[in-house]
Amino acid sequence: MSTSTPNTNPLLRAWYDKETRSVIVQIIAAALILSFFAYIINNAMVNLAAIGKDINFGFLWQNSSYDINQHLIEYSSTSSHFTAMIVGIINTLLVAAAGILLATILGFILGVMRLSNNWLTQKIAYVYIEYVRNVPVLLHILLLHGLIVNALPRPKGSYNFGDTFFLNNRGFQLPSPEFQSLFWIVSACVVAGIAFSWWFSRHAQKIQDETGKAYPVALINIAAIVVLPVIVYFVLGSPIEWDVPALKGFNFKGGMVVRPEFIALWLALSFYTAAFIGEIVRSGIVAINHGQTEAAQALGISNSRTLKLVVIPQALRVIIPPLTSQYLNLAKNSSLALAIGYMDVVATIGGISLNQTGREMECMLIVMAIYLAISLLISSVMNWYNNRMQLVER
Amino acid sequence: MTEQTYAPGTYPDLPPPSDTVGPIHWLKVNLFSSPINSIVTLVAMYLLYLSLPSAISWLFIDATYVGETRKDCAPEGACMAFIGERFNLFVYGFYPAELRWRINLAAILLVVAGAAVLWDKMPARKHMIKFAMVYPLIGAWLLSGGFFGLEHVGTHLFGGLMLTLTIGVTGIVFSLPLGILLALGRQSKLPIIKYFCIGFIEFIRGVPLITLLFVASTMLSYFLPPGTTFDLLLRVLIMVTLFASAYMAEVIRGGLQALPKGQLEAADSLGLNYGQAMRLIILPQALKISIPGIVNTFIGLYKDSTLVIVIGLLDPLGIGRASVADTAWLGLSTEVYLFVAVFFFISCFGMARYSLYLENKLNTGHKR
Repeated sequence: MSTSTPNTNPLLRAWYDKETRSVIVQIIAAALILSFFAYIINNAMVNLAAIGKDINFGFLWQNSSYDINQHLIEYSSTSSHFTAMIVGIINTLLVAAAGILLATILGFILGVMRLSNNWLTQKIAYVYIEYVRNVPVLLHILLLHGLIVNALPRPKGSYNFGDTFFLNNRGFQLPSPEFQSLFWIVSACVVAGIAFSWWFSRHAQKIQDETGKAYPVALINIAAIVVLPVIVYFVLGSPIEWDVPALKGFNFKGGMVVRPEFIALWLALSFYTAAFIGEIVRSGIVAINHGQTEAAQALGISNSRTLKLVVIPQALRVIIPPLTSQYLNLAKNSSLALAIGYMDVVATIGGISLNQTGREMECMLIVMAIYLAISLLISSVMNWYNNRMQLVER
Repeated sequence: MTEQTYAPGTYPDLPPPSDTVGPIHWLKVNLFSSPINSIVTLVAMYLLYLSLPSAISWLFIDATYVGETRKDCAPEGACMAFIGERFNLFVYGFYPAELRWRINLAAILLVVAGAAVLWDKMPARKHMIKFAMVYPLIGAWLLSGGFFGLEHVGTHLFGGLMLTLTIGVTGIVFSLPLGILLALGRQSKLPIIKYFCIGFIEFIRGVPLITLLFVASTMLSYFLPPGTTFDLLLRVLIMVTLFASAYMAEVIRGGLQALPKGQLEAADSLGLNYGQAMRLIILPQALKISIPGIVNTFIGLYKDSTLVIVIGLLDPLGIGRASVADTAWLGLSTEVYLFVAVFFFISCFGMARYSLYLENKLNTGHKR
């Protein structure tokens, strides 16, 4: 009965059917991908077996037997590699968080300077942005580190700020606090102040939505968070003892020190990222249709409130997604700490621990997992913020 | 009503009022338009006065540009004399001196190939594009040699500017097609391909480049059949290309998403298959939209090529860093790094300007 047509071949017919074809293509792709991974994992097993290694994370609990010059938690050369890794993670997070903060502030200042109607500030911001973002960040880090180590004076000739702060080529010396027993009351006041301002902001918003009456929310919140604890602090008779650094021989004793590696890395990352953020902020503000400002002016809204209520909320929507990727870049670029010897996670677990134990595979897996986790953390926080700022459409 | 007519030339144009032109007016509008503006201007001028003159005299007036060692340098100015002694090192790395003509030739051909790609009014562009397509092979042959009568030069001798260009050009040439494939894969309706591409892109974008370079330098040989070793530079090039292609894929995805759906539907209704629709309809438009992003990724890649110094390759920054540690030129880190910075600034700024030019050329929208 059936006449011979080109499509009687069942294989060809299957191929011409879109659904079947996609299944076939995917099976082939999956087979290729799986066999590729099987192949390289098998290679790795064979190679590791040949030199008598295995994949084993037990080394994490052995003695690290090296020192880390900046540790915010208890650490010594008798601690384990695991503790060294935690110290490294804290150092990475510290420089990333400090960098994000400073880069954001500088970036917004630069963005506003770029749009200023003052020719001089506009040009200064332009030259700064163009110079900084067209030079590799690693170079900025090395340059700043070189400047701090070579151009700043030795401890004897430190820049002295009121006998309490000292800047020299060993870093920035500052007093360290020693908390007395009554200090918890001050901390409790800060927490209470934050809780109060959270409640007050919502309350004031509600009142304003209902009656149109506006409270000076920012001022009252600052008073609650800052002024009250400060008063309590002095009423209790200053329950913090400051350990002030002092020059003894060739170096400073007492107090804390912000090491040159941290300063160089922090400033270089912030300056570099700030240049990109500046451009993002500028383009975000420029992207707001001029009609928006004009409409606000037509309604008689003052300039500062136009900025606060009309321009910035809309500009933030444009700014946040690229800002997120700049934050991610900054966090990842902090791995360049290695080049100047700041002990971040790459330098501790991915550097010295790796060299001492010879466990490349495990150490690199850990380092990559940590960075993936940090990236995930930053992008989920920013996504949450972005969703909050997003235009709510009907 | 009488109609007034003015014969041409009888009433010449009056000059604009004197308070709306000239330098004084310019100063008034741009620097001193309001009290706050005036204060800002004065503060900025004071800061410039504090920093600029001393910087200029350090860098130019008191600086020493010719000399044999550190001792020839004036103590109060910058010591730039190392440039003369080390210039060849900065450009050619450790490439054998008698073979440097090969680098020069490769550089000249690179300019020709680059012009063919970037400059749309180039004479005989069609043929030159074909040349540009095969240039990577020619370049690799010229630099590394080994056959057709050229002596082999090991990649451990590569260094300086030439290493940066090698990494940059290789990354640029191979990451674009790979990025296009990844972007298309990410948009694909086939879940396995889609999730594989998403996983690859997000993994690469989530880890810093130096961890990938570490993998390339220490661990990659574990994943190869036992006994295989291959060149460190080649491993680095592969990693840099993979790294850049993930970022490229995201830029191109942006371009793909910006296209209205009607374009693909129109292609479908004309009976084009997937390959034809992509090649003839979608990609030309999507790539055009994403050109600024692509150039920015290139600039990023070019700057990131400095990271190879952490695994011991010596690009200009690595050579600079080695010079800083050299006893004859000790303590010159600022000068050396500034010199390297100038080099990177020139090339990256050039690329950024080109991107801006393209953006303006392709921008057919309305501007206010």
